[in-house]
Amino acid sequence: MRDKLYGFVGKHPIWVILVCIAFAFVAASGAQKLVFKNDYRVFFSEENPQLTAFESMQKVYNKSDNVSFVVVPKDGNVFTAEHLAALKSLTKQSWQVPYSTRVDSITNFQYTYAEEDDMIVEDLVMKTKNLTQSDLDKIKQIAINEPLLVNKIISNSGHVSVVNVTVQLPGIDPIVEVPEVATSVRAIKQKFIDENPDTEIYLSGMVMMNTSFGEASMSDGSTLIPLMFLVVIVTIGLLLRTITGTVATVLVIIMSIATTMGLAGWLGFFLTGPSSSAPTMIMTLAVADCIHILTSMFYEMRHGADKKTAIAKSIKLNLQPIFLTSITTAVGFLSMNFSDSPPFRDLGNLVAIGVMLAFVFAVTIFPALLTVLPIKVRVQKEGSKDSMTKLANFVINKRKLLLPVTSILIIAAAAFIPNNELNDDFVKYFDERVPYRVATDFMQDNLSGMMVVEISVKTGIPSGINNPKYLNTVSDFSDWLRSRPETDHVNTITDTLKRLNKNMHGDDPSWYKLPDSQEMSAQYLLLYEMSLPYGLDLNNQLDVDKSSSRIVATFKNMTSSQLIDVETDMNAWFKQNAPQYSVDLASPSLMFAHIGQRNIVSMLIGTTFALILISILLGFALKSWRYGAISLLPNLVPAAVAFGVWGLYEGQVGLGLSVVIGMTLGIVVDDTVHFLSKYLHAKRENNADTKQAVHYAFGNVGRALWVTTFVLVAGFTVLAQSSFKMNADMGFLTAMTIFIALVVDFLFLPPLLMAIDKSLTKKSKSKNTTGEDDNANMVSAGQN
Amino acid sequence: MLKKKMLISTLSAVALALMSNMSFALTPEQQGLEISKEAKQRDLGWVDSTADMLMLLRNKQGQESIREIKIKSLEIDDDGDKSLTIFNKPKDVKGTAFLSFSHPVDADDQWLYLPALKRVKRISSRNKSGPFMGSEFAFEDLSSFEIKKYSYKYLGDEKVNNLESFKVEQYPVDENSGYTKRIVWLDKNEYRVQKIEFYDRKSALLKTLTYVDYKQYLGKYWRANSQNMLNHQNGKSTELKWNNYAFKTGLKAGDFNRNSLKRVR
Repeated sequence: MRDKLYGFVGKHPIWVILVCIAFAFVAASGAQKLVFKNDYRVFFSEENPQLTAFESMQKVYNKSDNVSFVVVPKDGNVFTAEHLAALKSLTKQSWQVPYSTRVDSITNFQYTYAEEDDMIVEDLVMKTKNLTQSDLDKIKQIAINEPLLVNKIISNSGHVSVVNVTVQLPGIDPIVEVPEVATSVRAIKQKFIDENPDTEIYLSGMVMMNTSFGEASMSDGSTLIPLMFLVVIVTIGLLLRTITGTVATVLVIIMSIATTMGLAGWLGFFLTGPSSSAPTMIMTLAVADCIHILTSMFYEMRHGADKKTAIAKSIKLNLQPIFLTSITTAVGFLSMNFSDSPPFRDLGNLVAIGVMLAFVFAVTIFPALLTVLPIKVRVQKEGSKDSMTKLANFVINKRKLLLPVTSILIIAAAAFIPNNELNDDFVKYFDERVPYRVATDFMQDNLSGMMVVEISVKTGIPSGINNPKYLNTVSDFSDWLRSRPETDHVNTITDTLKRLNKNMHGDDPSWYKLPDSQEMSAQYLLLYEMSLPYGLDLNNQLDVDKSSSRIVATFKNMTSSQLIDVETDMNAWFKQNAPQYSVDLASPSLMFAHIGQRNIVSMLIGTTFALILISILLGFALKSWRYGAISLLPNLVPAAVAFGVWGLYEGQVGLGLSVVIGMTLGIVVDDTVHFLSKYLHAKRENNADTKQAVHYAFGNVGRALWVTTFVLVAGFTVLAQSSFKMNADMGFLTAMTIFIALVVDFLFLPPLLMAIDKSLTKKSKSKNTTGEDDNANMVSAGQN
Repeated sequence: MLKKKMLISTLSAVALALMSNMSFALTPEQQGLEISKEAKQRDLGWVDSTADMLMLLRNKQGQESIREIKIKSLEIDDDGDKSLTIFNKPKDVKGTAFLSFSHPVDADDQWLYLPALKRVKRISSRNKSGPFMGSEFAFEDLSSFEIKKYSYKYLGDEKVNNLESFKVEQYPVDENSGYTKRIVWLDKNEYRVQKIEFYDRKSALLKTLTYVDYKQYLGKYWRANSQNMLNHQNGKSTELKWNNYAFKTGLKAGDFNRNSLKRVR
């Protein structure tokens, strides 16, 4: 079968090339169907309980997607006539943002006050001409003492303010809607800065975050993918010194990526932050196949074979190993299907498809191209073979030292795994190159954090929120929240009612308290609602029959587990103080806080499945269950060490990293497969002793292993440059795991094998049996 | 007096019908104004009215809520009407009464009687664009139609609710209005509003109001038994059901002042 394959390819190379290109072309045309989904909700599956809770809350109250203009006057004081005029005009402009339903700023804040028996409701800043210093002082005092505004819309020192635009995206075509809002908002920002050069504006909010997902990935696409191509060309060009080989490899890579992404389009995938890293990963993984084929081919040609025979021999030798490594890599990536987060399932599936396609192209169009194109072979010094021999000698001589030392190092590194803390802070999904991150960091330092939790307190009775008991509960809860150090802001209807009660009693401060009867509250709210303008109503705080109200709490930046603690405390508060009300807590912050945990659990199951499956595959491939079991160690140790080092260095594990074990498993297995199969081949077929077998394995695959590892590490290091931190961390940790895997295979595995064989020999000598099936040669690449 | 009014309206209807056949004579702006004037003209002379209104609020989640209101109105020549709104349901606002002297352009005069406080409060606010009792109707959607509130543009003819209708764009004069424009369909036979589309500040379609089941009172005045408002942006809707319409009930100006507020029920 192996001979037949190249027999056909070698006879009809042009046909093979044409058919492959035609296939790739048809498949790739699906890529135009691929669109990027700008929505943080894509990270959550439909059955995610936090998402479900949040969506049902959004249906009861109004939606809360938003854009924040963070306005920073350079003179550090918002309360001047010019700055207030500018804010007023920005507020008006903000109504032009597509899908806007509400605009909140200090200028349009509905200020209520009493004048004898009159109740006056008006914009806090009505006219900006002829404002005296005492007017400005009064406005400032009102603003920074208003619980609805301070630390949310205005900083407590009055140096920064926010114009917050609530948008209600129809959700019919998020691919168009989000950029539409972003474009409009940026135009408004630009116009504002042109007109007010003494002011700085930052853009934050959910819509800007959603936009950043797309934009960060796009800019990655335009920088990382070319960089990756450069790495591939340089690596193959320098290490293998072949122009034809480089060209053919690049073609295989392009076809693998284009076909995969095209199929993704046809199959109805959409792109997201994580899945947009699929091309970089496929490229990295596809290179390995080509390197193995090229290495063997050149080896044959240097030893006098003509090109066609060399290619045929290379395909024959490599077909099974690269098929096996492709399958194990695909299985590793497919384990991502266990992830709770759909973009990672997509990423896993796309890369798995890509890896298998790369295999197909590597054994069809790649040899066909090599057949057709001219190839020169220069006699090359086998320098690296010498160095491999040196390395083998070193490992064999120092085995008694290496085994304990590496074991201790591995255990020491793994001991730091508990240093890792689960954390999904969506702001930190972007690095400081992304404007959204800069804006949000600025907001955190100067105004309020981005952690928001919405709390719906439900009575189940129409008009139930007007009950004084209910209002007291909500007010007490809000006070309790405000007393917590992590709280920046609490938006609650009870503040409005207290203010109205004061207004209705001639602005007497002693009446700043909740009304004491249901009727009083109901009638105040009726009065207030009738006096509010379009877009500033209470429908975002009260449900339609006034049976429940929504409190919105904003917290300082904190880790997922801290936020989950706050959530637990809030639930406990209600259980203890007001068990009669049912309470829903929901928000994107909570969704992200829980996703890491959910994902880790599901990924552990997935990884276990992949591990079992890969071990079975290895057992078959090595024709030995014992070596299949031994291989578990070098397969798992790299991830353990990498996570240990990560625990020392960074310590924050989120959604992106929870998939790394499954992902790297399939890749690091390749090294083990190659090394063990050569080792066993030597022992079984050449009757070599353990030392000779180790020498043989180093000599045969040592070079190929470090070349492929170099490419893989380089590839994932390129991914680590992504401004989308989720991808960057994933790339970095993967690169580290793969590098450690090579070190483990070179320094830890051989001493381990020798130690095991030694104890086995002792046993078999005493029992006089052999546990080995000597007849195996399935994976037998590299016989010379 | 009444006959004279009818004669004028008939004549002007004939004139308008003639004019719409020679539309080259009028700009669309003038045509829009003429149609609106005619509609207003046909509804003059009802003197006073009372009616019960039932509001049915629905949100996206399917939750429903009911409000019950009684409305008394007094027709005022050359100014907005005076109206008295008495709240019945929800129970906790029962007896609350709202008095409004609407003005076409200036801010309305408004007073509210709160039974829980036993006080009448004058409300000074230019805002008429917020949701009325949490519904999808703004107060400005419920107040009387006055020619001076809008400028106009006739857009053409269209069939709505199976009736040949004029399609007229209206631009609010009041800068505090929540709308940039309304598109109103009036049927050609009776000049009754059949449908209104409301466009928000960024000129995006916000709401659609449809009038259902018109009934004629005193052989002249048409009132819809039911009005449906659908908010396209948030998916919420509100239905108004009108009952017990009565006209010329003998209400006086004295029934519409701040002292009368406490007495109403």
